[in-house]
Amino acid sequence: MDFPKDLKYTKNDEWIRIEADQGTIGITDYAQDQLSDIVFVETTLAAGETAGKGAACATIESVKAAAEVYLPLGGTVSAVNEDLPQTPEQINSDPYGAAWILRIQIADPSEAGELLDASAYEAYCKERSG
Amino acid sequence: MIEPLVYDLSSPGRQGVTLPELDVPATDLPADLTREAAPLPELSEIDVVRHFVRLSQLNHSIDTGFYPLGSCTMKYNPKINEDMARLSGFAHTHPLQDPTTVQGNLALMYSLQEWLKEIGGFAGVALQPAAGAHGELTGILIIRAFHRSRGDLGRNKILIPDSAHGTNPATTAMAGLQVVELPSDSRGNVDLDSLRAACDSSVAGLMLTNPNTLGLFEEHVLEVADLVHGCGGLLYGDGANMNALLGVVRPGDLGFDVLHYNLHKTFSTPHGGGGPGSGPVGVGESLVDFLPGPVADIVEQGGDDDAPLYGLVMPARSIGRVKAFHGHFGMFVRAFTYMRMQGRAGLRSVADHAVLNANYLRARLQSTYHVPFDRICMHEFVAEGRWEDAPGVRALDIAKRLMDFGFHPPTNYFPLIVHEALMIEPTETESKETLDRFIEAMEAIAAEARSDPETLHTAPHTTPFGRLDEVRAAKELVLCCRPAWLDEAQAAGSGG
Amino acid sequence: MAYIPHTDEDRRAMLAAIGVRSIDELYQAVPAAHRFPNLDLPDAVSELEVATELQALSEANFDLRHNACFLGAGAYHHFIPSVVDHILRRNEFYTAYTPYQPEVSQGTLQAIFEYQSLICNLTGMDVSNASHYDGATALAEAVILALNHHRGKRNKIILSPAIHPHYRQTVRSYMQGMDLTIVGDEDCCHGPEELAKAIDADTALVAVGYPDFFGHIVDFTALGEAAHAAGALLCVVVNPLALGMLRPPSEFGADVVVGDGQPLGIPVSFGGPHLGLFTTRQEYVRKMAGRLAGETVDSRGQRGYVLTLTPREQHIRREKATSNICTNVALMALASAVYLSVMGRQGMRRVAELCYHKAHYAASEIGRVEGFRIWNQGPFFHEFVVACPRPVAEINEHLLDHEIIGGYDLGADYPELAGNMLVAVTEMNSRDEIDDFVAVLEEAAHD
Repeated sequence: MDFPKDLKYTKNDEWIRIEADQGTIGITDYAQDQLSDIVFVETTLAAGETAGKGAACATIESVKAAAEVYLPLGGTVSAVNEDLPQTPEQINSDPYGAAWILRIQIADPSEAGELLDASAYEAYCKERSG
Repeated sequence: MIEPLVYDLSSPGRQGVTLPELDVPATDLPADLTREAAPLPELSEIDVVRHFVRLSQLNHSIDTGFYPLGSCTMKYNPKINEDMARLSGFAHTHPLQDPTTVQGNLALMYSLQEWLKEIGGFAGVALQPAAGAHGELTGILIIRAFHRSRGDLGRNKILIPDSAHGTNPATTAMAGLQVVELPSDSRGNVDLDSLRAACDSSVAGLMLTNPNTLGLFEEHVLEVADLVHGCGGLLYGDGANMNALLGVVRPGDLGFDVLHYNLHKTFSTPHGGGGPGSGPVGVGESLVDFLPGPVADIVEQGGDDDAPLYGLVMPARSIGRVKAFHGHFGMFVRAFTYMRMQGRAGLRSVADHAVLNANYLRARLQSTYHVPFDRICMHEFVAEGRWEDAPGVRALDIAKRLMDFGFHPPTNYFPLIVHEALMIEPTETESKETLDRFIEAMEAIAAEARSDPETLHTAPHTTPFGRLDEVRAAKELVLCCRPAWLDEAQAAGSGG
Repeated sequence: MAYIPHTDEDRRAMLAAIGVRSIDELYQAVPAAHRFPNLDLPDAVSELEVATELQALSEANFDLRHNACFLGAGAYHHFIPSVVDHILRRNEFYTAYTPYQPEVSQGTLQAIFEYQSLICNLTGMDVSNASHYDGATALAEAVILALNHHRGKRNKIILSPAIHPHYRQTVRSYMQGMDLTIVGDEDCCHGPEELAKAIDADTALVAVGYPDFFGHIVDFTALGEAAHAAGALLCVVVNPLALGMLRPPSEFGADVVVGDGQPLGIPVSFGGPHLGLFTTRQEYVRKMAGRLAGETVDSRGQRGYVLTLTPREQHIRREKATSNICTNVALMALASAVYLSVMGRQGMRRVAELCYHKAHYAASEIGRVEGFRIWNQGPFFHEFVVACPRPVAEINEHLLDHEIIGGYDLGADYPELAGNMLVAVTEMNSRDEIDDFVAVLEEAAHD
C-alpha cells in the first residue's frame, strides 16, 4: 500500500497534491484496493464550476461498490481528466498518477491545515483494516 | 452448454402462431404513423419451446434442489396455487369490470385482508403494493402523511438499524425523508443508547426488521417501540421475516404501527426468478384512513341467506394509489389458497418448523463455522465464511463450491455488519435428510478450505457455467442484442 | 401436513441436537405476554375442498371467456398462445429466485437479456431494464430518472391528460414527499401544442401516451424537439402491442419509453401481475432503476450473462440508489419474451392490424347508430371514445344482460367526459360479437 509523502489526505480517502494555488485530486491506493476492479468514473463538476470543501465532485463504481468523491478543499475546477472515463482501470493501476480526477484553483489555502499528512493517513488506514 | 440467443435461431419467413383471418372490412393504415414490421425474430413453435425449455434447464430452482437463501424464504411453492390462479374466473376478469360482476374476486380479496389483519394484529390492510420494497414505500408515505395531517411538519427523519436491508434507506430517500443509521449492540439488537439519543421531535419513524437480518428476535422490541412512540414517531415493520412469527407473535401487539407482508416469502407464492411478488401493508387504527386504495370492503351487509355485497373503496385520507388497478391479484389467489390449506394451526406449524430447521443447522454448523451472534435464532442465522487457518478463502468461494454439491448458496455479503457473511434460511419445507446433506457439504468444504483451497477458489466445477466475468460485463455493457441482419433487412425494406 | 416433511422422530432428534426440549423453548426472546396469540382464522381444509371453494369463487365472477369484452382502459384481453403458459409453468423458471448466482441461473439471465433485446428492438430504444411492477410505476420511475438527470435542479413535470388516470395518480403518490409541480393534465383535451407551451427551464420531463388513453395516435416529434430545446426529457407511454405496426417512439426523439407489457401474453388477471416496461437511451443507463442483465464470458470461455451495473441499486447504494426496487416481475417479462418470440415479426404485425381494423369497423358501425357519436378526431389504434345518449352505467347494465362487458365510463376520471364510453376492440372480438355489441347499443339507446 502506497502513501506518497508529498500529498495530503482526507478520511474519505481522497488525496490532493498542492502546488502553489493549484490542487490535483484523486482517490488513494487504499480506496482503489477496497473498491477492487473499477469500471466507471464520472466527474460531476465541470471546469469553471466553483464548490466548497466537501462538495461531491465525482462518482466511482466498481462491480460491487460505489463511492462518491468529495473535494478535499474548496475552489474552482480548472481541469478535468477527460481520459479517465475511457480508462477507469487506471485508478487501480496508477491512483496517484495517471488517474488524477480533477484539478482546482484553491479558494482558501488555510483550509489545508485540516487535511491529514501521509503518516496520519497511513495510520488511519491501518486502524480500519485491523 | 451454450444455448443460442432467440435471434440466432430466427429464419425469415417462419411463423410460430396462426391467427384468424380478418372478418371485417379493412381500414387504411395511417401511413405516416406506421412502420415496417417490428424487428423481431421469426421462429416456429417448436423452436420457441425447445429454446426456453433448454434455458430453464440451466437454472437452479426450489423444485430441483435446496435453496437456503437467507432473507428470501425459498419455501416450496404448492402446485395447487398455480392451478387456482389460472381458473378462468380469476385469470380472465378485467380490473375495471363493475364490482357486481366480480364478487368472487372481491370476496377473496376481502378475506385475505381480514386474515392478514388477524395474523399481524392490525386494524387495516391494503393489498395494492406489488412487492416488499413497494410496500415499504407505501408504509413510509403513510407515516409521512399521518404526521402531516396533524400539522407535525418537522418530522423528516427515519431511523434505520445498520443491519437493515438496502431497501429501507432507499425507500426513505424516495419518500423525501432522511436516513439516520443506528448501530447494533453485541447481541445483534438495536443499540438502545444510540436509539435514545436519536429520538427527538424530528423523528418520523423507525424501520425495524424483526426478526432482524441476523435472524435474531429483537430482545428489546417493546422498549424500542416505547422509545419511538415516546418521541412521537411511528414504528415501521419490514415483514420480510414474517415466516418466523406466524401464530407466534403479532407485530401489531408489539407496537408496530405499519408492516408490509411478502406474499412471495411467507405465503408461498413463487419468486418467479425475481417477481412478481406482492407486498400488502397492514396498519394500526390511527393509520387506516391513510392506506392506499382502493381496498376491498363490504358495501352492503348480507342477510342470513345471502352473501354481503363487496365493493372497492378509497380510504378517506388515502396516500393515493401506488400502482394501476388493485395489486397483484394472481398472487392473492395463490396466498389465499395456501392460507386455506394451512389453516390456523398449520400457519403456526410453518413458523415452528422454520425456526426448528434454522436452529438445527445453526447448532450443527457452529463447530465448523463461526456464528458471530451466538444465541437461539429464529428462521435464519448468519455464519462467517472465513477461518484464520485458511487465509484467502472467502465466503464467495464457499458459496460457489456449494453449487458443486447441488445446493444453491446462502445469501453472501449481507448483512453488512458481519464479515464474509453467509446468511442461511432453510425454511420449514425442507426435511432433516436434506439439512443433513447440506451440513455434510458445508463440513466437507470447511475441510477443503484447509487441504485444497484452490478447489474452492476455482469453484464451481460441475455446473453448466463457471464463474462469470462481472468486470467485463460492467465495462463493455452489452445489454441488448440487435443482430446485423435485422438492420440489413430493415434497410432493404423487406418488412411489412 | 403436506408441505412440512418432519416426522416425530425428526423433531426429537433435531431438538436434541439444538439442546432444547420443545419447539416453544426456541421463542424465549419473544415477549411472553404476547407469545402464541389465539388467532381467529379458519381451520385447514384439504386440497380437494380448497379447489372446490376456489372454483366456486371464480365462478361467482363474469369472466372474459364467457362474456364478450369491449373494456380496455389499460388492461387488454388478447389471445395468448398456449406456448407461453407452458414455459411459465417450467418449475426451473417460476420457483427460482432473482439470479444472484449466475453459474446456476443462466436460464433466467439469458431470458432477461432476450427480453431486454426484444423490448429494445420493439421500442427502438437502446436499453431496457428487467422490468418494473407495471406501466404506472414505470412512469413514476421515469420521473425519478428525469429528476436525477437534472440533479434535483428542475422541479416541474408535465403529464398529458391522455395518460392513464391511474398512472398519473401513481406518479403523484410516489412524488408526494418531493417538492414538485406536476402540470398539464388539468383539462382532458390538452394536446401536444398545449403541453409544449407549458415547457420551461424548470421542466424535467414531459410525458405523453402512444396510443394515448383515448386511443389516439399522434406524432410527438415537435413536442420532443420543444422539450429538448428546453433541456427537458420526453417520456412516451406505449402500448407495446401497437408497436407491431406503429412507428417506434424512438423516432420522435423519446428519451424514455415506458408502458405496460400486459398485452404481450399476460392475462388481465383482475389487474395484476402485469409488466412494467422501461427503456431509455444509452446515456441514461446509470440513472435507470431496476435490474439489468449484461453479456460476458465465464471462466471456461463460454458466453454468459450476469446482473450488471448493480451499484445503481439499493443493496449497494442504499439511500443513494436510483430506486428502492428489488423484486420486479421477472416471470411476466419471461411471458412477454416467449410471446414476442412465438408471435415474431409477422405475428406482431398481424395482431396489431387485426386490432386496428376491428376497432375501426366497430367505430364506424357505432357511429351510424342514432344518438351515439365517435368523439376521437384523427387516427386511433384499437380504442376510441363513444359519446352516449344515456349514462354509461345504464348502457353497460343493458350490455351485461346480453353477456357483453361494455366500455369504460370516462366520467369517473374526466368529469367533462361524463356520458362518454371508452371502447376497446381486439383480435378476440369476432365480427359477430361486434355486430351484437352495436345492436345492443342501439337497443339500449331506446330503452
